[in-house]
Amino acid sequence: MTLYLLCLLLFCLGIYCVLRKRNIIKIIVGLIISEYAVNLFFILIGYRMQGRSPIFDQKADILNMVDPLPQALVLTSIVIGVASMALLIAIAMRIYEKYGTFDITQIKELRG
Amino acid sequence: MIQEKHKGMSLIVKTITRLTVGFIILYGIYIISHGHVSPGGGFAGGVIIALSFIHLMLAYGKEETLKRLPHNAASILESIGALLFLMIAVLGFTGGSFFLNFIPKGEPFRLFSAGIIPLCNVAISFKVSAGLFAIFVALVLLKLDTEKKE
Amino acid sequence: MQAVNIIPMFVIVPLAGAFLNSLVEKKAKWVPDAIGNLSAFILFFFSVLAVQVVRTHGTLVYSVGAWKLPLGIAMVLDGLTAFMLVTVNFIAFMIALYSINYMERFTAKGKFYTLFLLMLTGMNGVIVTGDIFNLFVFLEIASVASYALVAFGTEKHELEAAFKYAVMSTVGSMFVLLGIVLLYGLTSTLNMADMANMLAQKGAANLVLMVSVLFIMGLGLKAALVPFHAWLPDAHPSAPAPISAMLSGILIKSLGVYAMVRIFYNVIGMTAELSSIIMFLGTLSMVVGVFLAIGQWDLKRLLAYHSISQIGYVFLGIGLGTPLGILGGIFHLFNHSVFKSLLFLNSGAIEYSAGTRDLQKMGGLMSKMPVTGSTNLIASMSIAGIPPFNGFWSKLIIIIAAVQAQRFGYAFWAVVASVLTLASFMKVMKYAYFGRLKEGLMSIKEVPFFMKLSMVVLSVVCLIGGMLLIPSLRDIFLNRASDVIALGVNYAAIVLKEVSLSW
Repeated sequence: MTLYLLCLLLFCLGIYCVLRKRNIIKIIVGLIISEYAVNLFFILIGYRMQGRSPIFDQKADILNMVDPLPQALVLTSIVIGVASMALLIAIAMRIYEKYGTFDITQIKELRG
Repeated sequence: MIQEKHKGMSLIVKTITRLTVGFIILYGIYIISHGHVSPGGGFAGGVIIALSFIHLMLAYGKEETLKRLPHNAASILESIGALLFLMIAVLGFTGGSFFLNFIPKGEPFRLFSAGIIPLCNVAISFKVSAGLFAIFVALVLLKLDTEKKE
Repeated sequence: MQAVNIIPMFVIVPLAGAFLNSLVEKKAKWVPDAIGNLSAFILFFFSVLAVQVVRTHGTLVYSVGAWKLPLGIAMVLDGLTAFMLVTVNFIAFMIALYSINYMERFTAKGKFYTLFLLMLTGMNGVIVTGDIFNLFVFLEIASVASYALVAFGTEKHELEAAFKYAVMSTVGSMFVLLGIVLLYGLTSTLNMADMANMLAQKGAANLVLMVSVLFIMGLGLKAALVPFHAWLPDAHPSAPAPISAMLSGILIKSLGVYAMVRIFYNVIGMTAELSSIIMFLGTLSMVVGVFLAIGQWDLKRLLAYHSISQIGYVFLGIGLGTPLGILGGIFHLFNHSVFKSLLFLNSGAIEYSAGTRDLQKMGGLMSKMPVTGSTNLIASMSIAGIPPFNGFWSKLIIIIAAVQAQRFGYAFWAVVASVLTLASFMKVMKYAYFGRLKEGLMSIKEVPFFMKLSMVVLSVVCLIGGMLLIPSLRDIFLNRASDVIALGVNYAAIVLKEVSLSW
């Protein structure tokens, strides 16, 4: 339970970073932190007490493995994260090129 | 000095890189080809191969590396990887279903087993290695544009 | 080929088109156009076929890789799926036609079509999938492609809007993922039908409530419901016009509305509280969106605020939960995709010819651009709800349903929002198309052929869209979709029955 709460704390930390920071790069770092918190939580969901890694092997018995499905899914979600973060960083660099700053308080020509 | 620095790192780094890059790629290929019998697979192996190219780029500098490995090649390879993966999936229709494992599965724990899984791993590794390298190159080239303007 | 094999085609065709396009785009100038339009046309054809398949075979379940369900990834084709597929692929095909001429202004046309097809893959995937994690993956494919498309112009405003959109939407996806993780932890399955079964067996848990809130936040962000709408008025106007039409017309519907409806009605199960939250948020977006729209002078931004408002109607209708309300909601979803894409395409046509988006700089364009002007008139009357056009019928159904359900307050606000919509589109027509021709607009010309073609086709659909309510047509198209929603968690039983039949 404590571990779950720590994950939640990490998630909130990331969201706080996204909402509160002014630097674009720090916002992206916040996104990465909270994304990893979700991934970590997913892995923890699949954990069993004293479970071994879910690799099919010739010698070892296949009893008491941790749930392999979350691990595969987390891999997918990490890949998705890589794609969107790479795009965000590219956009951030372009913004720096155009505006000459990373400070979002100075990048507000649009008012939504 | 500045000129030389621009073209990459010192001689020691370049030499070590030249010696190790082959091994890194080999290790990546090993991870890919044994993806169905041990931990690893197309994604992990592809990342390792992409890292070896990035390693080259860091040691030798952008210009030198891009002369040998044009980044058009990366995007072409990436598309080929994706199409290959899709093609393997569509070939499953020969057995009646999308993504069907239509090749005989063989004996477990052998290199040639598990049907289409090794082929999928190869396709994924193309996609991942070319894709990650292309991302890296794109970010690096973007930075070049900014520097030019200043 | 069995009928069931049509289902994976909706993912295969656009994906193959996208990567083939990125491989051969440089060969000749017409190659990207040909690949993009051909893929979109094939998809449209398949989606019409899918309606027929659903009519003859009922609900179909496809298991990817012939894995035993519910362990493998399932794809489900039922009435709602077929309805959404037709909507999405029809609009996408029209937009692809329009882009042939419009995208000449941009240099990277090949990349545009690749991203366009990837976005289409994501949307079709979200619609056909029966697996909740797969839904997240396709959701992200569509979103990531759309961030890149919003930033396509790589000018100051585009980049700023894209960054804002990408950050907010990524946060939304994270909430969705967290919700999926919690559901997996609760039910140990990812198949939506199986999950619905498990949830029904376990009964109401507090965790389910938390999951619902997470989904409302995450998918509401994608659908631009009002407290989460801040990205939309920036992102939609900044994209190139075909993409604005795509985003407003179908992206927020397939990613937001469809996913939300599928999860809430068919997986978690609708409760009275959830439905009142959805109705409240819908009405709030309806009213706030239209009030914000009235004061805008940037044409595309005005249209973007109207998207928020109209999506509110859809949510109000679907949230009512009565069969008539659901019918009105999904019918409005279809109508809104048609007329809002048409309006965005018209604004793109003005930008193409006159080079401005500011209403104050336009005027008297009707004489110079008769096709754009008259199609825009039709679309404006549709969105405002003038009788013979399609928008009128769906709004009427929603309002009647609200009155029948004793929700007089919501019905009242729906009428008010409709009147205000009329007012704001009268403003558009007055400033842009009627009145005196401004200096400097003397030499403009009507847009090229393909742009005219797609606008005319869409306006014809606006005109005859009301015909879908004729009972025989309604039975094969709208009713099958609303039946699936009205079915609620019994969806699981039907899908699982199909599964056991195929094994």
